[in-house]
Amino acid sequence: MRTKRWLAFGLLAVTLLLVSCSKDLPQNTMNPAGPTAQTEKNLLVLVLWPAALVFLIVEGGILLISIRYRHRKGRDRMPAQLHGHTRLEIGWTIAPAIVLAVIMVPTVSTIWQLARQPADAMQITVEGYQWWWGFSYTDPDMQTAYGDHGPIMTADVMVIPAGRTIDLSLTSLGGGAHSTNGIPDHQVIHSFWAPRLFGKQDVIPGDQTNHIVFSADEPGTYYGQCAEFCGLQHGRMKFRIVALDAAGWQHWVEAERQPAATPTEQLAKQGMDLFFGTNGEGGQCIQCHSIGGTDAAATAAPNLTHFASETHQCFAGCDFETTDEAALKAWLADPNAVKLGAKMPDYGLTPDQIDALVAYLYSLK
Amino acid sequence: MATAASVPAHRGIIRRPTATTGWLSWFTTIDHKKIGILYGVSAFAFFLVGGAEALLIRAQLAKPDNTLLNADQYNQIFTMHGLTMIFLFVMPMSAAFFNYFIPLMIGARDVAFPRLNAFSYWLFLFGGLFLYSSWFLGGAPNGGWFGYPPNSTTDPSIGMTFYAIGLILTGIASSAGAINLAVTVINMRAPGMTFFRMPVFVWMGLVVQFLLAFSLPIVTVALFEMLFDRRWQTNFFEPAAGGKPLLWQNLFWLFAHPEVYILILPAFGIISEILPVFSRKPLFGYQFVVFSGIAIGFIGFGVWAHHMFAVGLGPVANTAFGITTAIIAVPTGIKIFNWMGTMYGGDLHFDTPMLMAVGAVSMFVIGGLSGVTHAVVPSDYQQTDTYYVVAHFHYVLFGGAVFGLFGGIYYWWPKVFARMLNEFWGKVQFWIMLIGFNLTFGPMHILGLGGMIRREYTYPASLGLTFWNQVATVGAFLIALSVLIFIVNAIVTQLRKPGLENEDPWDARTLEWTTSSPPPVYNFEEIPVVHALDEFWHRKYAEDKEGRLIRVPAGASDDAPDTHREHAIHLPSPSFWPLVAALGLPVIGYGVLYSWWLVGAGALLAIVGFMGWAMEPPVAD
Repeated sequence: MRTKRWLAFGLLAVTLLLVSCSKDLPQNTMNPAGPTAQTEKNLLVLVLWPAALVFLIVEGGILLISIRYRHRKGRDRMPAQLHGHTRLEIGWTIAPAIVLAVIMVPTVSTIWQLARQPADAMQITVEGYQWWWGFSYTDPDMQTAYGDHGPIMTADVMVIPAGRTIDLSLTSLGGGAHSTNGIPDHQVIHSFWAPRLFGKQDVIPGDQTNHIVFSADEPGTYYGQCAEFCGLQHGRMKFRIVALDAAGWQHWVEAERQPAATPTEQLAKQGMDLFFGTNGEGGQCIQCHSIGGTDAAATAAPNLTHFASETHQCFAGCDFETTDEAALKAWLADPNAVKLGAKMPDYGLTPDQIDALVAYLYSLK
Repeated sequence: MATAASVPAHRGIIRRPTATTGWLSWFTTIDHKKIGILYGVSAFAFFLVGGAEALLIRAQLAKPDNTLLNADQYNQIFTMHGLTMIFLFVMPMSAAFFNYFIPLMIGARDVAFPRLNAFSYWLFLFGGLFLYSSWFLGGAPNGGWFGYPPNSTTDPSIGMTFYAIGLILTGIASSAGAINLAVTVINMRAPGMTFFRMPVFVWMGLVVQFLLAFSLPIVTVALFEMLFDRRWQTNFFEPAAGGKPLLWQNLFWLFAHPEVYILILPAFGIISEILPVFSRKPLFGYQFVVFSGIAIGFIGFGVWAHHMFAVGLGPVANTAFGITTAIIAVPTGIKIFNWMGTMYGGDLHFDTPMLMAVGAVSMFVIGGLSGVTHAVVPSDYQQTDTYYVVAHFHYVLFGGAVFGLFGGIYYWWPKVFARMLNEFWGKVQFWIMLIGFNLTFGPMHILGLGGMIRREYTYPASLGLTFWNQVATVGAFLIALSVLIFIVNAIVTQLRKPGLENEDPWDARTLEWTTSSPPPVYNFEEIPVVHALDEFWHRKYAEDKEGRLIRVPAGASDDAPDTHREHAIHLPSPSFWPLVAALGLPVIGYGVLYSWWLVGAGALLAIVGFMGWAMEPPVAD
């Protein structure tokens, strides 16, 4: 009668194994790609063994007892009236307590190990907005080569050197001075999570700054998203971490330190004029966005300095591929139509204006 | 008492009603059994609504990038699903069982404060309807049942204001009920019903009432602060003005973790009644089951921050709360082992109540084990806020609580309605529910470990988790089918004439089965005198020296009821006033949202209600 349930359990166990081996899930916590996620996975696996044992003892026990002592028709048996057994009680109080105590030893040491912030780690500040992520590279050697030499800033994609230890400082921004376009953007709690690289830490508005220390073993693209409910588009507040090899990293830093390219192509030039409102037309973009080396310096919306660079794979909460021209056009035409509640308003741009803006954005290599 | 008796009968503002039958009597009843039925029916209705919301959630997640619901609708629906299942289904359904059976099981005629009992029920119902009225008044709560500020306090929709007021209302109802039932258990036990002769269900009821009484004030503070932040722009949780978002989380979970035990302990109590009856053996290790329940109640107040391991409390707090979370697994394990000990060597009758109870134990174990992985803090950094947690707490609260409650429904249905639910369809329901449940929530472990976050209204196909989402959706509809089978079973059963072939169909052990079915309004013609744990069983059976049972010949018990005393039993009359007073409070709630005039009107209504209540003569003239 209960075989069905056991089949289901067996199936479950097998699939759990499958998950742990499956390589094609981009957010698989059981397929870690760095030491932090690896440590966290190891601990889970360590607990799964005693858990599986308890599972077998209890469920197997219930099953065996249910079969062995089930009532059979026509047999009126009066079972012995067992009221309890003190030694057994003490046993099954102490035995689980010992198992748990043993589990807690590596748990506690790992808590402290993961809380350590190495002094030589590379510093990146992570900023959570509704609903996208911004990244500032605050190390002195990551200053830009223009303006007042502020940090390199990116949105939606964080680029890191593979193998290097990174120390993330998590802050929640938005609200107050940022709501320049009349659409409220609030400082709310987010949670920063790239499952294959590190477990999550919440991003708390106010004076609390949480940290995540991690590194990526190999170059590659790693997926992540906000894990704490943060309002309407919480489900689509994603990001990617692109880990580069040494040469690629060098190249990326050099490129990012430079100001934005000035377009040479006619259409892109028109787009730039529209972006800045140079000819009395447009100009809304610079109220929120910044482009390095230009007058656009607002910080309420993603930094677009190197929007079309190879590593900037996605935009608008990492919801759309940057190379997807149709998606970019749809976004500019009416952000709310493709992402309900998006803070960027519909400016009623004409198709020609959208073409020009897209050409400009694509010129920002 | 002398002064009360000397109050002239006409002092009531309106005449005290007398009818105990007819539709109007349901509005004025102060009989704990009728109130229990009201609680049960209302809770079940909310269960259906919350279940429909669950189906919408699963339908939306049945395929990637689905557009069945948009983000706004989805956020409202998952919030209302959680609020409904916790505050409007499991809590009041447990209250239904406590109301109906605690007085019967301790040999009392009613609860300590019958009119307060009615007030609790009506206020719960009005609080629930108040919450649901938000759908028609600008949008339902959309910030999750956990309602984290600043998101919940800055959200422009009106929903979270309904959340704050609605939960304050149901919280008042639960607080009043908690005091009432705790006093009932402590003060109204029959002669000889010592604490350690009380059924475990009554014990768990007592623990739950204390948990409610101590945890609800905490969340009430938080809810008022949220209400002030939202309605009058105070800054309790607003970081830009120096408020602390984490203040809410600490207050909320300091309530909401005990709340988890408020939801599960009633089911533990029911399981502890069913297993001995259907094993024909006493509960194994009664004292250990009782004390582990009390221990869970105490430790439950010391684990709240395990909901906050990722908020950055620091390694000291994470270590401390990781350890307390591991500790609470110990008393929980004791319960499981004692239930197994109860079944061991028994004569197991797998009627539907037993299937449900054993199902509850087996499913709860899975939830308990995944709970232990949460105590492993660094591993929880990965699992928290993913579907792994959704799987965990549904194994605990559906696998444990809902299976347990259904066990109670099948077990006590003949007592309440004098009709047996159909056994065949009960078993069919159980197996479909068990399979559907595991199909729904089993895959969620995989989804969570595979990187699917909670509360996302859609997911891309590139996440690679479409298949298991589809399995979960199929499972959810199987659960719906099983509930449908129950509804049909219940309706068909109720269409039959009442009357039981056997007044003691399960060969039960506790006092409620010594009464007729349904019990008379006064419960016991003569208050029973209790000599032992499992009193009723011992009136039927004696044990020889080897612990073997010997049936006591019928009529040998000296507690045979005297049938001629009915006229001497004093019971309070029904009353309108609890309903009136309870109606005033949600009106105040609407007033806070819309107009000070409504606040005044609601306050007036409540004051009139409470005054009428206070001035009312104890019995109708």
